[in-house]
Amino acid sequence: MGEFGQALMNAATLIVSFDGDFLGIVGLSLRVSLSAVLIACIIGFPLGALLALSRFPGRGAAVAVLNALMGLPPVVVGLIVFLLLSRAGPFGVLGLLFTPTAMIIAQTILVTPIIAALTRQTVTDLWAEYGEQLRSLGATRADTIATLLWDGRFSLTTIVLAGFGRAIAEVGAVMIVGGNIDNVTRVMTTAIALETSKGDLEMALGLGIVLLVLALAVNGVSQAIAAGASRASQQAVRA
Amino acid sequence: MTAPSTILPLEVTDLVYEIDGKRLLHDISFRLSIGSRTVLLGPNGAGKSLTLRLCHGLLTPTMGAIRWGSQISDGKMSGEPAGALARAQRHQAMVFQRPVLLRRSARGNVEHALKLRRVARAQRRARADLALAQTGLAALGDQPARTLSGGEQQRLALARAWATSPQVLFLDEPTANLDPAATRAVETLIDGFHAAGTKIVMTTHDLGQAQRIADEILFLHNGRLLEQTPADQFFTAPQTRAAQAFIKGELLW
Amino acid sequence: MVAPRRQLGWLVFLAVFALATPAPPAYGERALILATTTSVDNSGLLDHLRPQLAAQTGLEVHVVVRGTGAALRLGVSGDADVVFVHDRAAEDAFMAAGHGVLRRDVMTSDFLIVGPRSDPANIAQLTGPTGAAPALRRIAETETLFVSRGDSSGTHNAELALWRSAGIDPRALAGSWYRETGSGMGATLNIAAALDAHLLTESGTWTKFANRGALTVLVANALANPYGVMLVNPARHPHIPEADARKFIDWLTGADAQRAIDEFTIDGQHPFRSAAAASP
Repeated sequence: MGEFGQALMNAATLIVSFDGDFLGIVGLSLRVSLSAVLIACIIGFPLGALLALSRFPGRGAAVAVLNALMGLPPVVVGLIVFLLLSRAGPFGVLGLLFTPTAMIIAQTILVTPIIAALTRQTVTDLWAEYGEQLRSLGATRADTIATLLWDGRFSLTTIVLAGFGRAIAEVGAVMIVGGNIDNVTRVMTTAIALETSKGDLEMALGLGIVLLVLALAVNGVSQAIAAGASRASQQAVRA
Repeated sequence: MTAPSTILPLEVTDLVYEIDGKRLLHDISFRLSIGSRTVLLGPNGAGKSLTLRLCHGLLTPTMGAIRWGSQISDGKMSGEPAGALARAQRHQAMVFQRPVLLRRSARGNVEHALKLRRVARAQRRARADLALAQTGLAALGDQPARTLSGGEQQRLALARAWATSPQVLFLDEPTANLDPAATRAVETLIDGFHAAGTKIVMTTHDLGQAQRIADEILFLHNGRLLEQTPADQFFTAPQTRAAQAFIKGELLW
Repeated sequence: MVAPRRQLGWLVFLAVFALATPAPPAYGERALILATTTSVDNSGLLDHLRPQLAAQTGLEVHVVVRGTGAALRLGVSGDADVVFVHDRAAEDAFMAAGHGVLRRDVMTSDFLIVGPRSDPANIAQLTGPTGAAPALRRIAETETLFVSRGDSSGTHNAELALWRSAGIDPRALAGSWYRETGSGMGATLNIAAALDAHLLTESGTWTKFANRGALTVLVANALANPYGVMLVNPARHPHIPEADARKFIDWLTGADAQRAIDEFTIDGQHPFRSAAAASP
């Protein structure tokens, strides 16, 4: 238990010390993952809703592909983005490799399928309930998507958190496309991998505990938001 | 409200509806005119709700025609059929057996419907409040719609319909889930719609309700329209044996 | 309505973070990208050199840490501007293929054979370059556990060269005593510590490595480990800031940095010897 005790001490020390490098790592982790989640939501919400409401040939296959993409290995995404952004790749001239932007791109690719697939499910369920009423009211496709996304906001909050969890916890993609450059692209997970490779397992675990606290804090904040809103308008189904 | 002309009458000709090759409605033809309250009556599974949804445009007929406003002279209702149906639908509203309410306030639900009907933002609030007042929900405007009682929810659905000033109001078993008091309240509101000139087209399997509301009965059984009769005539002298049995409470299948 | 406003707040919160993300550095004013190996970075040598580098050259250097094989590939693709690795044969091939235009010796460290303190293969009395081959032969004969990087890194290639000089092809021998981790030096060290296995490592990483468990150095100075620095061919990759890259290489192989390399200590030991010190 000595290692765990030491790890807890390290975590506590890191948190209370307000060490500049450490705060930089935490800040970059949040910035990269929250940006990726935001972009993934902007793409994934309408995409998922559209997929739920549209009928076209190959829709079943598209849904299956989207669901499968939820299981994309981060390393594979990292590799693909790396090859695309490499100087030898098609987008090499942008010079984005080993920058936070590259990390955001990779995590966006990881998170978007999760947001889109789960949104599709939520909207499909809501459409079953609301569809006739909305069509009776003359809702257009855009009206319908906006209405269903808004009415599904509590489920969508959970979906966003699932996406954020995946982004903040992954190491494979950001390690490859970010390069774990000190003060530039080092985030919590790559720092943990680095400390592990140095054999400083107590520090690695300490950082892991901080990451956990961070994830808890983000979840707590959004749950407090959702709870306030939910108390106000949680449905009381009366048959 | 602002429409100078009416979308009525509704002309339904040889309507057929099938799902997966199973024929649920057989060659139904009828004509609905302005002014009267029409009740589609029949046992469960007769095809009342299907007919209502087809008329409202929520379902597409397998065969047959649904034509609104054949007498309209300005020509707006003629032309490409789907467009004509959509234009006609703008002057209709429907209230369902289970009210579908959004996770918003009661007023928000009405305002949302007005927004979908492209009513200017500035007018929505006033029109919503008027509709809530008409349905006795003025005090509940800020309450989340889904926390209202069953009767209040159905009245809110009626307020939402009322706010959009429909020429035709479809009601699909609107009181099937309600207690007698709430049922009475809903029936009173339906009378109000009728008094204001809205065409009422309603389904029910409740004989008493049909007697209270109907000017005209469409009696359906097993996917066929057996009678279209003025209400007093239907209840005193039904023409078909199925209708006679139904009135006597000898439910038939 | 309270609910929408709170949801909006959450969105604004997200948006602020998104907008706070810095734009990628503009072309021409970007930092130098140095691809190097774990032994250089994990040992702490770069942190030791960094203050002098900044003070004397003003260069901003972004360090990407990979195995030698992967680091060289970053040079081939032009994703790194300067490559600082330790695999002479691979470096020569890199230069011969025209991927690099300038190569200089920087420093040398030692490869060590590390194993359990109980010394089950009885190799602890062996030492120096002449001791490596017999030690590996004894490990193979006694079939005691040996973990290999197995990742085409400089250390992995050095290990394979040592096995060849011992006349043994460990992968051809039946038996589960030889295991390839396919991982970096640190991960492989962690595995060796957990399994009480032997492995070949390098003095820089080893001296800094904390999670040793029962492992200790059994054969010191098993093989010299020379490091070279190379400039990636700017003719092939016009985006490379050649002047900065040359400035960095000149500095690294210059008198001040060379002295700093010799002065670098971990727990009182000097894991690296500068090239300047080696060739008087």
